[in-house]
Amino acid sequence: MTPLKKINSRFVPLPMENVDTDQIIPARFLKATTRDGFGKNLFRDWRYENNDDTKPKKDFVLNKSDYSGEVLIAGKNFGCGSSREHAAWALQDYGFKAVVSSFFADIFKNNALNNGVLPVKVSDDFLVKLFALGNEATISIDIDKQTITIDATGAQEIFDINVYKKTCLLNGYDDIDYLINNRQAIEAFERIP
Amino acid sequence: MAKTLFDKIWDKHVVQKIEEGPSVLYIDKHFIHEVTSPQAFNGIEKRGLKVFRPQQVVATADHNVPTLNQHLPIKDELSRLQVEQLIENCKKHNIELYGLGHPFQGIVHVIGPELGITQPGMTIVCGDSHTSTHGAFGAIAFGIGTSEVEMVFASQCVLQTKPKLMRINIEGELPNSVVSKDIILYIISKITSSGATGYFVEYAGAAIRSLSMEARMTICNMSIEMGARGGMIAPDDTTFAYIKGRQFAPGEKQWEQKLNEWKQLYSDVDSVFDIEININASEIEPMITYGTNPGLGIAINGLIPVTDTIPDEGERKNIIKALQYMGLESGKPLLGMPVQHVFIGSCTNSRIEDLRLVAALVKGRQKNKNVQVMIVPGSQQVAKQVHAEGLDKIFIEAGFEIRQAGCSACLGMNEDKIPAGEYCISTSNRNFEGRQGAGARTLLASPLTAAAAAITGVVTDIRELI
Ligand code: SF4
Repeated sequence: MTPLKKINSRFVPLPMENVDTDQIIPARFLKATTRDGFGKNLFRDWRYENNDDTKPKKDFVLNKSDYSGEVLIAGKNFGCGSSREHAAWALQDYGFKAVVSSFFADIFKNNALNNGVLPVKVSDDFLVKLFALGNEATISIDIDKQTITIDATGAQEIFDINVYKKTCLLNGYDDIDYLINNRQAIEAFERIP
Repeated sequence: MAKTLFDKIWDKHVVQKIEEGPSVLYIDKHFIHEVTSPQAFNGIEKRGLKVFRPQQVVATADHNVPTLNQHLPIKDELSRLQVEQLIENCKKHNIELYGLGHPFQGIVHVIGPELGITQPGMTIVCGDSHTSTHGAFGAIAFGIGTSEVEMVFASQCVLQTKPKLMRINIEGELPNSVVSKDIILYIISKITSSGATGYFVEYAGAAIRSLSMEARMTICNMSIEMGARGGMIAPDDTTFAYIKGRQFAPGEKQWEQKLNEWKQLYSDVDSVFDIEININASEIEPMITYGTNPGLGIAINGLIPVTDTIPDEGERKNIIKALQYMGLESGKPLLGMPVQHVFIGSCTNSRIEDLRLVAALVKGRQKNKNVQVMIVPGSQQVAKQVHAEGLDKIFIEAGFEIRQAGCSACLGMNEDKIPAGEYCISTSNRNFEGRQGAGARTLLASPLTAAAAAITGVVTDIRELI
C-alpha cells in the first residue's frame, strides 16, 4: 500500500444518507477476478441513464464538471449493506483518497482502510458546514494530526483513528504483513488445548 | 467476573492484542464463495504463500450460479469464469468445495448449519455480510472484506477491534401468523438500519427461546441490516438437538464433551451490556417494508409514514427519495396493492421450515394469474427434502416455479432478476435500490406474507387468509 499522509483537495459532495454498497457498486459488476477497473462503474445506476454509459445523468454529481477532487463527502451511514470490498476498490480506483461522513458502516470502514481510502468521521454540524461550501472550496486532511480543515475559513475538526491503523496508513503497512510476521504466535496459540 | 456469551467466545480466540489497536482473532471456520475470494487467492499467491489452514476453509458457489439447468455450463461468461476460478483455486489450495453438481452445494449460510459445520463457541467468518446467520448457534460469526479473506488465508486470523455489546430481549408470546422474519423486521424498523452499528447483538428472552433453529437463523441473518457486526443466540437444547447427527457434527465419542463445553455458553446473570433493548413479542404484527432500506418497514395493515411530519430533515429527504424510487405515496396503506413477483428464497428464508410454512398455506390453492412466483431452495439438501416431503407437488399445483439452489433473485448478479419498475414481495433481506435488478422494487416480508400475496396477487394480511 502507498503511504497516505496528507490530502489537500477539492471535493465531491453527495448529500445522501444510507448510501449502501449496492449503490456504490451494483452486484452485476462483481464478476471480475481482479481488483482493477471498478472506478468506471462507481455509482453506476445513479450515474447513467438505463445502464448506458454513453448517457450520463446530468444532475448526478460525478457527471458535473464543476465538481472534482480526491475527497468524497457523503451523508450519514455511508457504506451500509453488503461486505463487498469492491465498493472500496471502486472509490479508490475512481481516485478518491478519503470519504467524509458523520457515520460509517463497520465493514465498509475496515475495507476502506485496508485499501488506503481514509474514512473521516466528522460531527453532524461539521458535515453541514462542508455541504454548504462552494465547489471551488478545498479541504485539508492531516492524518498524523488527525485533523480535517476547511481551508478558506480555517474551521477544523479532529477525527478518530486507532493508533495501529494510523501507523499502517502513514507507512503504507498492511494487516496481512503484520499477521504473516506473527505466524509463530498463531501456531503456538493453536497448540493450546 | 461475570461474562457475556460474546466475551466467553472472544476471549478464547484472541491470539494477542495489539496495543492501542485491534486484536488478532483466531478463526475456527472460514466459508468462501466465488465472488469475494478470487482477489484474495491472487493476493496470497503474489506473496508466494499457500492457504495456511485449508482444512478450516469450506467453499461453495452460490451468488453467480444459475438456478435452472445447473448441469449445463454457465451461460454468462463472466459468471462462469468466476465459478471456474473458484474450482481451480480450491484445487490448488486443497480446499473442500461444494460446487455445482455437489449434493452439498447451496447458499453458504444455509449449508454451514445444515451440514453441522457451524457449531456453538466457534469463530466463523466469510466474505459476506450475512455470515451473522451462523450466530444463531452461539458462535461469533461476521462478514469480512476480501482483504480480510486474504488475511485468514494467510494466517487463519483477522485483526478485529472488539465491538460494543447490545442485548435485545424479546419477552412474551408471538401472536398467530407472526414469524421470526416479522420479529427482525420489527426490530430494524424500531432501531433503524444503522442503529446497531458498532455493536454485536445478543438476542435473548422467552420469545427467542421458543423459536426453532431455522427461525433463529432468520433473525441473526438480518442483524447486519441494522448495522450490527453480528448477532448471536445462546445455544440450548434446541440447538444441540439440531446439530446432533449432522454430517460434520461431533460424533458419538466427542458428543458428551462438546455438549459440556457448549452448555457453558451463555451470558452470566450479572454480565453487562453496553445497551439493552426490551421488546414485547405480543406487540409484533406481520411486517412489510415500503422503502429502500430494511429499516423502512411497517405493520402489514399500517400506513406509510406521512413525510411532511418527519422532523429530521435528513430522514425526511431519505424517505421521500425512497418513496419516489418505490413509486409509493406517503400516508397510504400497502394492503391491496398489486405485486407482479413473489420471491421465496435467500439465506434469510429458504430453509425447509420456510418452505413447509409456505406449502401449508398454499396447499390446494392457486397463485393469482398476474403474479410470477419463484421458490428457490437454499441448498441441494433443502431441495431434496422438498421433494421427499412432496412439497414440490403442492408448489407446482399452485402454479409456482421451483428453481435450483443459489442466491437467485436476492441480488441482481445471476440470471434471476426483477424487471425495472415492477414490485416483488421478497423473503430476502435487502430492498436497496436495484438490489434485485436495476429499477426493481422490493417489499421485504416473511415467507407467509409472501405466499399470501402469491395467492391474492396483492399485498395481503396473512391473518385474513387463514
Ligand atoms: S442469498 Fe442474498 S444475502 Fe444471502 S448470501 Fe446470497 S446474495 Fe447474499
